Amino acid sequence: MAAYEKVFDTLGLREWCDAEKEEAPMSMAQLLAQAQGEEGAAADAPILPFPSLDVLHEACAQIGQTRDLTEGLERGFLSIRNELKFVLDPLTQPLSWALDGTLYVFESAPWWIMIPILVIVSWFASRSRGVTAFVGLVLLFFAAIDHYDVAMQTMAIVFVCTGLSVLFGVPIGIGMSKSNTAQRIIIPILDLLQTLPTFVYLIPLIFLFSVTESKLYGIAIILYAIVPVIRLTDLGIRLVDKDVIEAANAFGMNAQQKLTRVELPLALPNIMAGVNQTIMMSLAMVVIASLVSAPGLGVLVLRGIRNLELGVGIVAGLGIVLLAVILDRVSKAALSRVDKQRGHH
Amino acid sequence: MTAKVAIKELYKIFGQRDKEMVQLVKDGMDKPTLLDQHGHVLGLQDISVDMQAGEITVIMGLSGSGKSTLIRHLNRLIEPTAGEILVDGQDVMKLGQADLRALRQKQMSMVFQKFALLPHRTVLQNAEMPLSVQGLDADTQERDARKWLDRVGLAGFEDRFPAQLSGGMQQRVGIARALTANTDIMLMDEAFSALDPLIRTDMQDLLLELQKELHKTIVFITHDLDEALKLADHLVILKDGAIVQQGEPQHILLNPNDPYIEDFVSDINRARVLRVRSIMEPVDRDSFDGDVDADSSLERLIAQSDGDTGLVYRVMQDGAQIGQLNMKQLVKALVPRARSDAKGASSPK
Repeated sequence: MAAYEKVFDTLGLREWCDAEKEEAPMSMAQLLAQAQGEEGAAADAPILPFPSLDVLHEACAQIGQTRDLTEGLERGFLSIRNELKFVLDPLTQPLSWALDGTLYVFESAPWWIMIPILVIVSWFASRSRGVTAFVGLVLLFFAAIDHYDVAMQTMAIVFVCTGLSVLFGVPIGIGMSKSNTAQRIIIPILDLLQTLPTFVYLIPLIFLFSVTESKLYGIAIILYAIVPVIRLTDLGIRLVDKDVIEAANAFGMNAQQKLTRVELPLALPNIMAGVNQTIMMSLAMVVIASLVSAPGLGVLVLRGIRNLELGVGIVAGLGIVLLAVILDRVSKAALSRVDKQRGHH
Repeated sequence: MTAKVAIKELYKIFGQRDKEMVQLVKDGMDKPTLLDQHGHVLGLQDISVDMQAGEITVIMGLSGSGKSTLIRHLNRLIEPTAGEILVDGQDVMKLGQADLRALRQKQMSMVFQKFALLPHRTVLQNAEMPLSVQGLDADTQERDARKWLDRVGLAGFEDRFPAQLSGGMQQRVGIARALTANTDIMLMDEAFSALDPLIRTDMQDLLLELQKELHKTIVFITHDLDEALKLADHLVILKDGAIVQQGEPQHILLNPNDPYIEDFVSDINRARVLRVRSIMEPVDRDSFDGDVDADSSLERLIAQSDGDTGLVYRVMQDGAQIGQLNMKQLVKALVPRARSDAKGASSPK
C-alpha cells in the first residue's frame, strides 16, 4: 500500500481520487519496481517519504506527476510557438541580415585589405603604438597558421553582437538609471540572463527558429552579452557626481541636455568598461553558439571535443584567447584614453 | 524699496506628510518633538528675508542650520513645504518647468562649494556652459566666457581641464561660469569654504572687487563669521532652521540679541571687523587729535593712534564730519561682554 493513501482516505477524498482513474504510462521507476517484484519494493519503501508529487500520485491518481510539469511547460511553449514565431521572426530578421552581411564582408575581403583596416581601426581606438602593433602581429599569426578565415568569422560575429548590445543596452541602462521601479524589474532579469547556463538559452531558440538561420545564435549571444553594458550604464549614470547634476539643474538644463552633456559623458568610463565586458562575453558565447551553426573558431573547438582532436581544439581555443586579448587591449586602451583626456593623471 | 528677492514665511519639512506637519510647527512644536512623534525633520521654519538689489546678503550658520537648504529654495533646487519666494515680485513657486528653467538660466546663477565643474570639458567650455544651455551662438559664448575668465584671472588657462587646476583656480572657473550667465542674482553656496585660508581671502577680495563694479544681488552662504562680516551688507544668522537675528553686520556684532550669537561673536577679531562708523558718537566738542575715515577699521585707527587711549578723533565721510570717536570708546568696543554690560546698564530694555 502506497504511503499517504490513509491521508486521502481520512480526508474523504478517496472517491475524488479514484474518479476517472486511468492507467497513465508508467514511469521508469515504476517499471523498475515492477521488475524487481512487489514485495521487494514494499520492503525498501522508506517509512515517511517526502510527499512529493510522484509519491502523492501513487496514493491518489488525481494528483499529477512531476513529469507532467516539464511536459506542461513544453506543451505550453509549443502551443504559443507559432504566435511567438510570427511576432519574433520579422522583428529579428534584421539581425540575420546584419550577421550574414558582416560575415560576408569579413570573409570576402582579401587579407591585404582587412588586416590593414583592422590595424588602423585599433590605432584610432587606442592611440597606442604597442597595442596597434600587437593587433597586427596577432592577425598575421592567424593568417600564418591558416586560421585567418575562422578568426575573421568569429570577429565578425563579435562585432555585430557587441554593436547591437550597445545599441540596445545603453538606452535600457539609461531607462533603468532614471527609474527605481525599472531598476527593480530589470535587475532580476539581468541576473537570470547572466546565471542561466548558456546552453539553456539555445533550447527555446531552437524551437522558434531554424538552426540554419544566423539570428538564432545572434540572439543567444546578445542575450548573454548585453547584461554588463546595461548594468554599467545604469551604474555609471547613477554614480555621476550629484553636485555636477545640481549645477546642471541650477543653470537650467533640461532633461535631454543633462543626459547628453553631463550624465552620458561622465558615465562614459563605466559604459566603456561595460562594452569591454560585453565583448568578452560575446566571445565566450561564440563557442557555445557553434552548437547551433555559428561559424568561426568555435566550430574547431567543437570538432576538437567531438572527434577528440586534441591539437585542433587547443589551437582554436588559444586562438580565441588571442582574439580576446586584442579586443580587450584595444577597448581598454580606448577607455584609458578617455580618462586621460580629462586630465586625471 | 521693494526687495529684489523676498522670502516670506518659508517652511521646509522633510518627510512623507510634510504639508500636514506645517501646522504643527506653526503651533509651536519644536524640531526634536517633531522628529520623535512624527518622524519628520524640520528643515526651515518661518524664514522671512528681504534681499536688496546690489547687496550681498550673507546667510550664516553652522552645519545643520539649514543654510544650504535655504539657498536651494531660491532657484527651487529644493521645493519648499510652505511659503513664498518672490524674485522681482514674481512668485517662484508658481513657475512651470519651462519658466523655472528660464529663471535659472537668465535670472540666477550659482557657485558651488565643491565647484561642480564638468570634468570632461575645458575651462573655456565650462565657462561657456550657461550660454550654451541657452543655445546662444558659439561666438557670443566664447567671447563672454573669455571675458569673464580673463576678469577672474584665468587668462591663458582656457584649454586646461578642471582637474589640472588648483582648488582656488577651479572656483575662479566656477565664478566665471556664474558671471558668464549674466544674471542679476548670484547664489554662492559656501563658495570659498573648501579653499585654503590664504586663497579664501584672495577670493573674498576678488568677489568684493567684482561686486563694486557689477552690483549684483548676491546671496552668500557661509559658516565662517569672519567671512560673513567681511562680505555682508545684510547678515542673516540661522540656527536649527530658524533665523536668530538678521540685520546690518556691525549692528549684530555690537548688539547680539541671543546668547548663541554672543558665543559666535566672542571669537572674532573685533578690531579688524568693526568700523569707525559703527561705534562713533555724536559730536560734543570742537578740538580733535586727528581725522579718521568712517569706513576705516578699528585696527587701522589703533595703529594710527599709536595705542594712545587719550585721543579723540574726528570721523569723516566724503570730506564732512559725521561724528567723533573717543579712543576709550574704541577700547571698550573691543571687549564683547563689557560692551553689552555697559549697554544693559544704560538702556535696560
